[in-house]
Amino acid sequence: MSDLAISAKGLTRTFGDFTAVDHIDLNVKQGEIFGFLGANGAGKTTAMKMLTGLLSPSSGEAKVSGFDVYTDAEKIKKRIGYMSQKFSLYDDLTPEENIRFYGGVYGLHDKDLKVKKDALISSVGLEQFRNKQVGSLPLGWKQKLAFAISIIHDPKIVFLDEPTGGVDPVTRRQFWERIYEVADSGITVFVTTHYMDEAEYCDRVSIMVDGRIDAMDTPSGLKSSFNASSIEEVFISLARSAERGDG
Amino acid sequence: MNAFLGFVIKEFKQIYRDTRTLVVLFGMPIIMLTLFGFAIRNEVSNAKIAVLDLSKDEVTRELIQKLSVSKAFELNAYLENYDQVEQVFKQGEIKEVVVFEPDFGNKLVKEGKADVQVITDATDPNLANIVQSYTGAIIRDYVQELNDNGGTVQAGIQPSVQMMYNPELKSVNLFVPGLIAVILMLISALMTSISITREKEMGNMEILLVSPLKPYYIIIGKVIPYLLLSVVNVITILVLAKFIFNVPFNGSYGFFFFESILFIVTALALGVFISSVAQNQQTAMMASLAGLLLPTVLLSGFIFPVESMPLPLQVVSNIIPAKWFLIIVRSIMLKGSGLVFLWKETLILTFIAVAFIALSLKKFKVRLQ
Repeated sequence: MSDLAISAKGLTRTFGDFTAVDHIDLNVKQGEIFGFLGANGAGKTTAMKMLTGLLSPSSGEAKVSGFDVYTDAEKIKKRIGYMSQKFSLYDDLTPEENIRFYGGVYGLHDKDLKVKKDALISSVGLEQFRNKQVGSLPLGWKQKLAFAISIIHDPKIVFLDEPTGGVDPVTRRQFWERIYEVADSGITVFVTTHYMDEAEYCDRVSIMVDGRIDAMDTPSGLKSSFNASSIEEVFISLARSAERGDG
Repeated sequence: MNAFLGFVIKEFKQIYRDTRTLVVLFGMPIIMLTLFGFAIRNEVSNAKIAVLDLSKDEVTRELIQKLSVSKAFELNAYLENYDQVEQVFKQGEIKEVVVFEPDFGNKLVKEGKADVQVITDATDPNLANIVQSYTGAIIRDYVQELNDNGGTVQAGIQPSVQMMYNPELKSVNLFVPGLIAVILMLISALMTSISITREKEMGNMEILLVSPLKPYYIIIGKVIPYLLLSVVNVITILVLAKFIFNVPFNGSYGFFFFESILFIVTALALGVFISSVAQNQQTAMMASLAGLLLPTVLLSGFIFPVESMPLPLQVVSNIIPAKWFLIIVRSIMLKGSGLVFLWKETLILTFIAVAFIALSLKKFKVRLQ
């Protein structure tokens, strides 16, 4: 097996006569932080849903963690973590109960779970909120907890769909420090974001326009080939050419 | 298995922490039973009546006496002439006027036949009907007595009427089975569909679908707590019905719970089906209320007898699970029937349950594509 965490070739998804994702090619290396950028409606979420097994592709091929998305979806599910755009923990359960629940969902045994739970709570710094319902926590804490839970089963790859939406800059910075730690431990991070400064933190980024990937390189590579001073400029010059409207 | 158990525990915790859900779950059955048991009755008590006695003899006096001691009536006025009849009805208090023709007693004794006119205020047709039939019964009773004493010429055929299984015609006996159906629909279908769509709305469902947890685990995990709570509610209603309203229970409890669980499973399948179609909690609620609760109340025979519906509605009522459940439960509770007599209805209910389970499983899978 190659050391590619995600590989896609000609991956396409149509809804009726609308092509949401149009023949994208993608190679993400193991342990990489891969930024998946694109304007609203460019097809990011659809692409991500195909890679996580929520949506079956119309055509093309894709392998996640070495397994085919068509035939081995169940094996993929065990090896990936996912944090959705919407906040996805249970507001009416405590952090501990959320950890227990999702740990159980990912098939962790009671013994492992106990160890994990304590480690996780202290790594996020949630000791003080241990027995409070999650709904009463500040958004930043919730997001950190959600991220920690999405990797509770030591996945090979974690998909983060706009994990820092609506979070303040300080917490965002802390969040990215956590992402680095996770990537250092060997987990591939596949992240979508609308914050262009966050794109600069990624090892490589791709920019989607109208369902196609129009650019894919390291941030510095992109800037030099587009002759721009920031990823934001690259993004805007690409997104301007988009035919699809917002949304 | 750990995942599954965790799911059920989580679900219970969520129900337990949500006051609104708790109120619906446990308050609703009690409130509904009390309402139906005490307030909504088909039997009449203390209906105000008036009498226009144009004969004023011994017989009419006795008859009036009988009417006025009946619990159903309260004799409110003696009228003097016909003009007053419309007047008292317009005032609205009086529901019925009983008119005895002149020379009533003599005619009855001599000719064995005398006319009594019963005029009712039919702005409330139900009440008018009941009041009228009560009056009829009291008068027939009296005539019967006279006949037995040989006081009159024997008058033709005397029907002997016997009301079996619910001799007092107590409406609460009829409502309790219907109420069980309504409450089970409410809890099993409505609550399940709302709680599943909530997970969808909040984004939890996406995470669960990305996880290795099998979809049918998700469904069963969501559904088991409501199944247990529904059974608890059935028991609550039975206990209340037995000890507060003295509703008889003549059949086997085992058979009753078997049928109840069959009905609960049907309702749960419907709930899952609704949640897989509805995108948010509001839609799920509207769909459950309009699509499930209304037919359960109106078309199942709970309030209006199926036999008196127009033919198209009678046909429709056949696919309503509550109709069959009602027939079954009424028979078990009031007649003490067993499977020998109810196998046909049970079979139909089973068929409906299986059909809805298949449908909802199929729908739930399609959503994963």
